[in-house]
Parts: sequence; structure tokens; C-alpha cells
Amino acid sequence: MSIEKKEFRPKIVAFCCNWCSYAGADLAGSSRLGYPADVKIIRVPCSCRVNPMFILRAFEKGADGVIMCGCHPGDCHYSTGNYYARRRMTLLFSMLDYIGVENGRTRVEWVSAAEGVKFSDTMNEFVEKIYSLGENVRLGDLRCRS
Amino acid sequence: MQRIGVFVCHCGSNIAATVDVAKVAEMALMEPGVVHAEDYQYMCSEAGQAKIAEAVHEKNLTGVVVCSCSPRMHEATFRKAAERAGLNPYMVEIANIREHCSWIHKDMEEATKKAVILMRAAVAKVNLNTPLKEGESRVTKRALVIGGGIAGIQTALDIADAGYEVDIVEKTPSIGGRMSQLDKTFPTLDCSACILTPKMVEAAAHEKITIYTYSEVEKVSGFVGEFTVDIRKKARHVDMDKCTGCGVCQEKCPSKKAPSEFNRGLNKRSAIYTPFAQAIPNVPVIDCDNCIKFKTGKCGICAKVCQAGAIDYEQQDEILTEKYGAIVVATGFDTINLEKYDEYAYSQSPDVITSLELERVMNAAGPTHGHLERLSDGKAPKEMVFIQCVGSRCSDDRGKSYCSKICCMYTAKHAMLIRDKYPDVNVTVFYIDVRTPGKNFDEFYRRAVEQYGVNYIKGQVGKVIPQPDGKLLVQASDLLDNQQILKEADMVVLATAIEPNPDVRKIATMLTASIDTNNFLTEAHAKLRPVESPTAGIFLSGVCQGPKDIPETVAQAGAAAVKAVGLLAKDKLMTNPCTAHADELLCNGCSTCENVCPYGAITYEEKEVNDHGIREVRRIANVNNALCQGCGACTVACPSGAMDLKGFSNRQIIAEVDAICR
Repeated sequence: MSIEKKEFRPKIVAFCCNWCSYAGADLAGSSRLGYPADVKIIRVPCSCRVNPMFILRAFEKGADGVIMCGCHPGDCHYSTGNYYARRRMTLLFSMLDYIGVENGRTRVEWVSAAEGVKFSDTMNEFVEKIYSLGENVRLGDLRCRS
Repeated sequence: MQRIGVFVCHCGSNIAATVDVAKVAEMALMEPGVVHAEDYQYMCSEAGQAKIAEAVHEKNLTGVVVCSCSPRMHEATFRKAAERAGLNPYMVEIANIREHCSWIHKDMEEATKKAVILMRAAVAKVNLNTPLKEGESRVTKRALVIGGGIAGIQTALDIADAGYEVDIVEKTPSIGGRMSQLDKTFPTLDCSACILTPKMVEAAAHEKITIYTYSEVEKVSGFVGEFTVDIRKKARHVDMDKCTGCGVCQEKCPSKKAPSEFNRGLNKRSAIYTPFAQAIPNVPVIDCDNCIKFKTGKCGICAKVCQAGAIDYEQQDEILTEKYGAIVVATGFDTINLEKYDEYAYSQSPDVITSLELERVMNAAGPTHGHLERLSDGKAPKEMVFIQCVGSRCSDDRGKSYCSKICCMYTAKHAMLIRDKYPDVNVTVFYIDVRTPGKNFDEFYRRAVEQYGVNYIKGQVGKVIPQPDGKLLVQASDLLDNQQILKEADMVVLATAIEPNPDVRKIATMLTASIDTNNFLTEAHAKLRPVESPTAGIFLSGVCQGPKDIPETVAQAGAAAVKAVGLLAKDKLMTNPCTAHADELLCNGCSTCENVCPYGAITYEEKEVNDHGIREVRRIANVNNALCQGCGACTVACPSGAMDLKGFSNRQIIAEVDAICR
């Protein structure tokens, strides 16, 4: 019996706010600016809608990286949402790092609706980083692993 | 349990070429709740929408997932289709398998796998969707136009002619904008003032238009239909009602050292001034930084000579608060700062000028009374050199990456006018490309070359070197003849790149309207909604959205006006039903949500609740659905997890996360 060696394909969740970064991702798409298929986007109205619980849940369910994108500081559709998000994520990410989910697996990036190139570049970079870090086992619920 | 139908769109070959759509539909049938799945060429077509309706009726669907393009594109289309079929429109979710999948991946297997996962996430969400009902909000039937240039004036006139009240807020002392500074306009060589000033007068005289000049927008709150705007009317120190516009104060003012903004600093103006003779309103302002009375307290000559007694040194800024249903941004442009382009010697020689400065030089009301002369010694030039693309189409960070669009045409205009009026002046234009798309534009440019003998040389100018004798040595390359050129010139004119008005960033932030990396305001859709901002109720007019010439600006101004009128004509607007709500059993009345809400939509009330049989009065958060915009800040801030957002609930988003990480 041989053990089949599986190629590592990371699971990456991207939370994108409806007004800037989701539109930026759309622009990356319509401009055919590719990035790896490992990234799956979840649309939220604003980066401030991203509950730290969602990110913990993703890691628990086997995500290898989570990235959150919002409007640039000062440009939030709801004026102040991304400021809340920024503060929350700073705290959450340092807590995650403390318990062993490296900082490279989490990222906050500001992408405007006009920045298709930035969206694609960011995702390429982020995925590359996750590949270099390898599989995330720290928070994973082993029952979710195939 | 929901009964969900999944519809996978081919989008012609846009999706089907990279995603195995039949496979996505097949996999969908294995998802919980899915009772129907099919793929079709164009789901957004009438036939495609009919398929949704048919399945809703036949299979008794309670939810719909459409795997297609971005929800920003067709979510509304599919929601309406579902509504027509008798389903609540908010039971529809979109899996974006085009922009986020087929268009960015090349490998069919990978793309199909991803499309399946995106479909699963959408199905998981719809399983938890609940029918939502839109609310209603009022529309204030009044529009605000920010900026009083040709874009703003035209927008205001069109809105006013449709029968609605419009206010124009203009930062400078007069409306008119950049167009008032131009001498002639291409491609017909109309006199700019002759076509602009009647519009200015019409706007000022229109009973539905109120103009606030020397005023700025200070604060914006509210949302589409009900914006509340604070306007700062800066102190003019001249009473608008008393002033007769006689101009004696300007004549007698002893302080005449301030650079004239209208003439681009080429000459001086008095401290009390109107920017130009046809200014509207024809009421001067006192520039306190240059006024002797304000600086030393001794002078007051203008007050002494004013027969009407209109001068008021004590006048203070005034803040007006007005309500508007729609806001049009028409903040226009300025030329870029040339300090990074020192090779053209703009700061070293007064004979190197920008094209906008040349407009003033050529204008009869300008610093040289319309005579083409060198600003250093007043001599008539014999050799003129024009340099194109100064700061436009720039690959490094000194300038702008975009084409400023108008420079090729106005340079042809300048060259033609100079050759026409002064046939003995030689005109040379150094260009990278001559871009003349537009009605009668190429014909115009060819006339400049063929009929007026303007010398066009393809090549870039490396340096302009001022000579001891006052001449300018232009060092350039001729790309077609592949040789270096050294040319002596008397005047050099720089076709300087244009950029959005520097104030636009501040205004965009106030309006929460998005802006691109070049500070141009972003349109809701590059092709289909070019005059609307993604922020509802905000419209774009003129160069604030991107470089354009006067006819395009006027056309866009009219388009923005129609969009604004379309909004103002409604009595009520349907509001977003995706609002926050508090679970009264979990809420502990801590006020955290109230503090983070940017709209003041959350208040607290004492309410009797029935907590597992125990009745008691508790302090509970109450969300005003008309004010809530659905950002979700409160849902995350709530320490007890009582706040949730309809349409994007915690359970829905977690279901999506789970589906993606499955």
C-alpha cells in the first residue's frame, strides 16, 4: 500500500466590501488580471461587517489564509467602517499570531473600485505567502481535514 | 427547508469556455435544499429569466441561486425576475463565476472546481435567507451642484428647466470656472466668453437657481433623497444686497500687489476685487491677506469711496444648512504643478508659460490686452515652440499616467490662431502622438498643418535652456528623421497635464463617493452608468470624472441633470431592507452599537420582554430602518451578539465560510 502524496492547495478566504474591493475584484476580472483559484471571495457590505468570529471559523474549518479587503482609509462608503475594521483586525491578528497562526496568514488590504491591478497583485502575493507557509494546522478542526 | 433552484449561465463563451457549466449544475443537485438545477446560454436574457420563472412555478422554489456575472451587474435583474414569478426578491443570491472565476483562470478543471465551491457558498447562504421587505423614504425635491464652471452651470440649468430647485456652490468669487479663462474654443474658434457668459447670466437669473459663490461645502450627512449639507459662505466683507458693482473700490484700492488668480498670476489685482469683468455676481470680495485695513487696521479707503455703503469689515463667515435630494459634483480641474519638470525652465524664465497662461495672454482682457508678447521684455516673438504631453502619459511618478485629452486640440488651436494673427511668427510643435478623435477634430488639426503651415515634429524635448540674450534654446530629438535638434525660440508653451481640482478628495470623502488613484471620481459603471457615482444620489459632471473637452462636459452635465431629475421626480424611494436589528432577549442595553453607528440610527427604549416566561422591562436597542444603511458596524461591536444584519446575517456568512472551507 502506498500513501498518496497530495499536492498542497491552500484554502483562502477573502472578505471584500461591496463598495470598493468587491468592485476592485470585478475590475480585476473584467481586465483578465489573473490570480490563483485558491482565493474565494465572500461579499460583505463593509469591512466592518467582518466579525472576528468569521475569521476564527475559517481557520477552524481548515482555511490556510484569510484576507480582508476594504475601502482605503477615509474612503469608506459608510464613512468610518474601515477604521473599526482596521482596529479589530490589528487586535485579532496579533492574538492569532500569539496562539500560532502566523501573521502571514492574515492580511488587511485597502483596494478601491478602480484598483483591479492592485487586487490581482495583492492576491498573487498573498497566495504565494501561504504556499511558503504551508498548511495551517494550528486552529484546524481535524475532523474537517480530508 | 428551502426548495432551491440553481441556474448556471454560460454567458455565451465568457463563462462556458473555462467553466464546465453542466458539471456545476450537476454538482448543485447534490447540495442540501437544491431541487432544480440547469444551465443556459444567457440567463439574463428574456428566455433565461423565463426559465427562472418557470422553475419557480413548477418546482415551487423558495430560493434561487444564479451562477453568473458579478451581482453588481445583474443581481437587480434576477431579483426582479424572481419577484415577477412571485418570489421575494431577497431570496435570490448570485454566485459570481465570471469576474471572480472564468475570466481570471485558464485551466478548465481548476475553474470548474472553484465555480462549484462558489455555487455551494451561495446555496448555503440562500438556505438561510429570509424574505425581506423594502422600506420607503422621502425625497427632498431640491438638488445641490458643487462647482460653478460650465459643467455645474449646465447641470443646474437643466435641472432647473425641468422644474426643480437647484443650488450652486462655487468656491471662487464668481461662477464661470476654467471656461471663463479661455480665449477661443476648438474646433470652431468660438469666443469662449461669448458662449459662456449668456449661460452664466441665465443661471443667475433663473428663478429656480440659487448661487452661493465664495462658498464651500463644509459637511454632508444623510443619504439619497435626504442629504443635509452645511455650506460655508465665506465673508466677502462686501454686502451683496447693497453693492451696485460700480467698481470704484477696486480702482481706488491702494494695495495692488496680489497676483491675479484669474490671469494665472501673470499680472496683479487689487486687494478688493472681482475676478473678471463679467463676473457673476458682480460683487467684489476683500482678500484679507493682501488688504491693508486687515493687515494694519489703517486704510479703509474702499469703505470711504463706496457710495452704497456696502463695505463691511466686520462681516463673518456664515453657515447655511440645507436639505437636498440629489448632489451633483462638478468640481473640474486645474493644471499640474510643474516643479518636477525643471528641464523646461518654467520657473527660470517668464517666457516659458503653460497653455492656460497663453489663453490669458491671447485674451483681450488678459495681462497683455490680447497682444502676443514675451512676458520678460514685452517684445513680439518670432519663434514659438509648443511642447506636448508635459506631465501627461508619463511612465514615472513625476506626472500623470493618463492622456489629458484636450492638449492636442488646444495646441492646434493656439498654433492656428497665432499663425492667423501673426503670419511672420514661426510655430513649431513637438509631440509624441497627435490625438484627434472627435467630430471635426482631425480636419481641424490638418488645417493647422496644411493651411496654416504649423511645423509639427515628432519627438520629445529634453531641455529648454534660457540664453544670456533672453532667447530660449530648445534641445529636442526628431524621431522621424532620427536626429538631434537645437532650436532657438522666443517663447515656449507647455501643454501641461490637467488633474482634478485638489479639493475633490475632501468633497469625495464628505459624500462617501469613491475616487480613483488619480483623484478622478469613480463612476458606478464605466460604460453603462458613466454619470453616476456608486453612492446613491451622487452624480458626476465634467472633468471631475475624467479629462474631457467642453462639448463632452456639456453633454455629461445634461446627462447628470437628467439622472438627478429622475431621482427628484420620485415621491418616495425604496430603501435597502438589509438593515440591522437587535435580538431583544440577547441585548443588554450597553449602548456600544449606538456609539459606533455612523447614521445615528440606533436609539434605546424601555421595553417589556418575555424572557423564557419571565416578564420584565429592559433597556433595548431599537434600529430605525429608515436611517440604517446596513454597514454592519454594530453587529460586530455588539458584545452579546444581539445585533445582526438582515441579508448578511452571522449565520449566512458563516455558512459561506463553511462551504468554501469544506
